[in-house]
Amino acid sequence: MYHKEKSIQIKSSASALYNNLSVLRIAPRSLTYFTVVHANVVNMVSASWDGLNFSHRQLQSKEGNIAASSSLIMQASWCVLPARELLVLTSQKGIQMYESDGSIMVYWHALDIPETPTAQAVFARGIAAVRENYICVGVSSGSVLVFDVPSKGSNIMLSEVLEEHRDSITDMASECSGSLECIADLVTADDSGVLCVWKSGEDFQLLNKIPGFDVCCSSVKLWKGTVAAGYGTGQIRLYEAVTGIVHAEVNAHARWIYSLDIAPFSGLLLSGAEDSLVRVWHMTLTPETNSVEIEHLYSECVTDTQICGAKFCDGDGYAFAVTGYDLSEIIRYTQA
Amino acid sequence: MSSRTLPLLFINLGGEMLYILDQRLRAQNIPTDKAKKVMNDIITTMFNKKFLEELFKPQELYSKKALRTVFDRLAHASIMRLNQASMDKLYDLMTMAFKYQVLLCPRPKDILLVSFNHMDAIKDFVRDAPSILNQVDETYRQLIEIYTPLSGGEFQLIRQTLLIFFQDMHIRVSIFLKDKVQNSNGRFVLPTSGPVPYGTQVPGLIRIFSCNGEEVKRLQFHSGGSYSSALREGSFELFGERVIKLGTNMYSVSRPVETHMSGTAKNSAQHTKVNTAPNPLAKEELNLLARLMGGLEVQKPANADTGFRVNLFATDEEEEEALISRPAELSYEVINIQATKDQQASAELARIMGEFKEEGAPSESPSSKGEDLLAMMDGL
Repeated sequence: MYHKEKSIQIKSSASALYNNLSVLRIAPRSLTYFTVVHANVVNMVSASWDGLNFSHRQLQSKEGNIAASSSLIMQASWCVLPARELLVLTSQKGIQMYESDGSIMVYWHALDIPETPTAQAVFARGIAAVRENYICVGVSSGSVLVFDVPSKGSNIMLSEVLEEHRDSITDMASECSGSLECIADLVTADDSGVLCVWKSGEDFQLLNKIPGFDVCCSSVKLWKGTVAAGYGTGQIRLYEAVTGIVHAEVNAHARWIYSLDIAPFSGLLLSGAEDSLVRVWHMTLTPETNSVEIEHLYSECVTDTQICGAKFCDGDGYAFAVTGYDLSEIIRYTQA
Repeated sequence: MSSRTLPLLFINLGGEMLYILDQRLRAQNIPTDKAKKVMNDIITTMFNKKFLEELFKPQELYSKKALRTVFDRLAHASIMRLNQASMDKLYDLMTMAFKYQVLLCPRPKDILLVSFNHMDAIKDFVRDAPSILNQVDETYRQLIEIYTPLSGGEFQLIRQTLLIFFQDMHIRVSIFLKDKVQNSNGRFVLPTSGPVPYGTQVPGLIRIFSCNGEEVKRLQFHSGGSYSSALREGSFELFGERVIKLGTNMYSVSRPVETHMSGTAKNSAQHTKVNTAPNPLAKEELNLLARLMGGLEVQKPANADTGFRVNLFATDEEEEEALISRPAELSYEVINIQATKDQQASAELARIMGEFKEEGAPSESPSSKGEDLLAMMDGL
């Protein structure tokens, strides 16, 4: 169903971090941007759709005024708001927001770092753009920081801190269908597998807390009111966001899942894990019976590669891209 | 990332070092009493109380170079001497072995079982020396106390921290190549068959539920692998069956240690780039290192009669050749702490410096106190 395309070389190899690939499609310029984290550096590549031009940029984790540092980056992700696109980096020291091309840092939020290192690591991880003007970022303490982002300029404000999780945030996702009928806007996940479902607004409202079963939920997505969650046991679960009803349970991978993605127009679900496999699934919603089904469509083994990032390159799921630990390339697959 | 990573890194690398040294001591027919002394001295140093106190404090990982300095010192804690080429090779083998174990351990938590396999073997090395055995058991209990309560997610963070430490290292090791667990490009083979990790179901089943929680449909899919169900969970107690084999001794006299130093051209360029980037935290790291090493008590240099040299290569000629032909990008450039004339240096540092004196010429007096530590670094 998919075939392998020419890979994109990156300047340094991917680190083993959850959701270590972000893709931004810039239709007017026929470009796709990719980011992959390598230790304290973010590799950025812009690729033209004809496959002829690639340009590279590397971003260091800058902490406010300190020019360089060894602080490790946990995640890099593009956040698409109606008025602007930002590239958000989370690290051991704080949160950086850049213009989407990585040229200008527009905002820096420092985390509270204790003088002497504590047993509990400090970092930010989990990034999502929500509705018109919010960017949410997770923290190792379990807090979710809500930033209010103006349509332009650098006057970004920390507007709220959501304290529902008791373990480190792993990932979060906003509703990706674009449908305004969905009540839930955001789902956040943590190390113990707890999922919180939120409605955005001036005050974020907790709609539901889906209990975990002490298995880390490493990647989460929200599509048409359905939560897709990937776990350390290799399982994928589909929940109804507002009620927490389990629609489906899939024994999907033999090792820890690192990344999930959804193509919102087609309902395709992509999963990538440490077992070196990427799989494509198809989700079907039947509103009349309030049921969700899922079937397996396609699997690809990226030989001897623990997959750490897997993302669709377009809303239909026509193409997807994959990265893996120690790999200095982004592998692309396109539908035949 | 995880501030709990250093003890596991040190203990597992130390365990691998002991396996290799044990094999070399036997292969070179070193008299039993001398070989025993070397193993006992190194294990005593490794599990020194003061040193471990520093090690177990929550902290970031050191750079590859700094950690190599710690192991250089540890390897020379007894009457045995290794020259540069053998030390390089020893460190290559240790790091690639532990990288393999970290990468392949079925669940992140199994890193603890890998560590326990090393600890069990270390205990066996000193089974005739009750006082050393006590020291090792003390650390064992500390490991159990600190690590068994951690969640899977926290272990994954430790594992990810270790994988960043080992990133872009692709040295080929003959024992791995022979066993077909490493490819000729230096990447490890990841199986798509065999038992799944404890707590994981064999892939291939989809279950669909109705709104009231009843299972309404079961679908099978082809997983693309030939997996079997999980083995029982290994024991996280002081004694017990660990079940997983990673971290056990893979060397024997008939399976000698060997590396192919060619590296892979594609990745070695990056390797260099990462290592040569100036690190503004170098001084902070050196402070930590000095504190850590302060606890590493080392025997007085052996006299000519009792001391001996161990070679990690088949012959002395091969060893010389390895030193000359080692690619520059694989050079560890060990931090060379030089003697300084500054009287104000702490007693602890002075001791460390004293023990490294043989390795470098005395430096000029540092111009200011702030530069003391940096002044002691050579070739960084």
